[in-house]
Amino acid sequence: MQVDEPVRLPRLSRVAVCGGTHGNELSGVYLVREMLKPENRKEDGGPASLLMLLSNPRAVQQCTRYVDTDLNRCFTHATLNGPASEGAPYEIFRARELNNLLGPKGSRAAVDLICDLHNTTANMGLCFIAYSDCDWVCLHIFRHLQKQMPDTPMRFIHFDVSTKESYSLDSIGKHGFAMEIGPQPHGCVKSNIYTAMREGVQHMRDWVSCFNSGCVFEGGPVDVFTMVKNVDYPRDGETRNITAAIHPRLQDRDFCLLRPGEPLFQTFSGETVKYQGDEALYAFFINECAYYEKGIALSLARKRRVTVPSIHVQTDEEE
Amino acid sequence: SSNNNNTARFDAARRVAIFGGTHGNEMSGVTLVNLWMQNSAEIQRKGLEIKPFITNPKAVEKCVRYVDTDLNRAFTQENLSATGGDELPYEVQRAQEINRMFGPKGSAEAYDVIFDLHNTTSNMGCTLILESSKDAFNLQMMNYIKKAFAPASCLVLLNEHPLLKYSTSRSVAKHPVGMEVGPQPQGVLRSNIFEAMRVILKHALDFISLFNEGMEFPPCTVEVFRVLERMDYPRDANGNIIAMVHPNLQDCDWEPLNPGDPMFQTFDGKTIHYQGSSTVYPTFINEAAYYEKQQAFVTTRRETLAASAIRKA
Repeated sequence: MQVDEPVRLPRLSRVAVCGGTHGNELSGVYLVREMLKPENRKEDGGPASLLMLLSNPRAVQQCTRYVDTDLNRCFTHATLNGPASEGAPYEIFRARELNNLLGPKGSRAAVDLICDLHNTTANMGLCFIAYSDCDWVCLHIFRHLQKQMPDTPMRFIHFDVSTKESYSLDSIGKHGFAMEIGPQPHGCVKSNIYTAMREGVQHMRDWVSCFNSGCVFEGGPVDVFTMVKNVDYPRDGETRNITAAIHPRLQDRDFCLLRPGEPLFQTFSGETVKYQGDEALYAFFINECAYYEKGIALSLARKRRVTVPSIHVQTDEEE
Repeated sequence: SSNNNNTARFDAARRVAIFGGTHGNEMSGVTLVNLWMQNSAEIQRKGLEIKPFITNPKAVEKCVRYVDTDLNRAFTQENLSATGGDELPYEVQRAQEINRMFGPKGSAEAYDVIFDLHNTTSNMGCTLILESSKDAFNLQMMNYIKKAFAPASCLVLLNEHPLLKYSTSRSVAKHPVGMEVGPQPQGVLRSNIFEAMRVILKHALDFISLFNEGMEFPPCTVEVFRVLERMDYPRDANGNIIAMVHPNLQDCDWEPLNPGDPMFQTFDGKTIHYQGSSTVYPTFINEAAYYEKQQAFVTTRRETLAASAIRKA
């Protein structure tokens, strides 16, 4: 019987954990502050250095998502390398600072792994959000968390966006993902959500240590949800105000399969608006507060099973 | 046998207002009032003038709680009589305008009833907020709403505390009624929360209608939760929060909190226990807007209030 050789990947020497990319997503804010306390800055035992930071300190201070513009849309190559200007929105200035600190994006100097901490008002449990469905590092970390936290609902979401167009903070690192946990209202910290995030980050750090010290991680299957499209609320033609809310039968049912003809919205006069697509898709980010202004009531994904190969850190001779 | 043989007489309630958007990101009230300003058929009742009104339009526009200062704390006598015109904080200007339109607070010209629609991130369900234990009209209304809404739960929070009571938008009316429905995140509209608020308001308007038609409401008792004290988060020397509401307490609004029960959990996992001397009933547990007001929850005690019979004068 032939056993496949594990895929060799470079050591993850520099890892960053970022909180407060949106200043009112409080689990990450409190977790990073906790991790920054002198008594908590212990050695992992592995050769990785860990950077912890609050991405958007001004927004954190005001407990608001952003000050001028959404920081987590500012990390495209175009925005990072655009012309410097005096009156630039705060977040563009800050994105360039973060790119200097953790990047530059696309270069050899970029950190090896970024874990960007987020919360959502949607009932999504713990999600990894990544641009790739074949970044074996991220997928193995996900598998590790699934195994270590079996009572936590956990999904891997893939946004099929090219490196050129990728816009979020985690795209600066050689590997990166957002750890998104809900439901939690913005401006609030719920202990069960904070604890899940704290455990998730700890398991990620343990995995990185293990990987760097030469553990082989056995491959296996991971279900990946690839984003297909967003659906907006029905809106009034003139005012653009929404005229319906997420249907009570869909509310809180993130990752259910939404079939054509099933309830999607309920208008304020009580009518049901049904899903009109041709294809049954998986709904997520159902009723995320911050997405009303982006014209997104929910997102829809296809699910497919990805086979993740075994991996092992590259030894010095191989590098 | 009734314990109060006197029937209190009140004038018919002819002028009623429904306030939404006192906090601009509490979406049920904003949505309902906008709906009714476009089409008021649902809220019309014979012989009754009902005015839906957005109290803080700038905050609604930005989908924030407030622009300069909390409108629902702004109706103090000091603010209402302040001079300064448009130098004043936005919400103080709004308070003065609202006092002109629906008050003046304390006068005979003031609106009879104002319903002020709110949401909370706390798991409070449907809650009616009462500002005076002596307002028989309001007590009878709340009794009516609770019975009409049953078996679904609608509880009454009484805030008569001399220090913790605050000057609300609705306080310009003779009979102020707060309506608080949760849990709902700020900036989010949940269908079930929206519909619940709509139903309790319908019952409230039905009560006023019946009252105005001359129905006598016999003496009744109403269970209320009376506000006792505000509990802040544990903080460090710099004022930073060092613990969260404990998972055993999170979402347990209105359930007994006994001395020794878990209350907070530090960020590194330790439990802090409730040190009070008796059982209390916490509510407004983990309301997002109250972090800056130094409030993790309020404690209440259960009381039964008696209301005399009431009839239109």
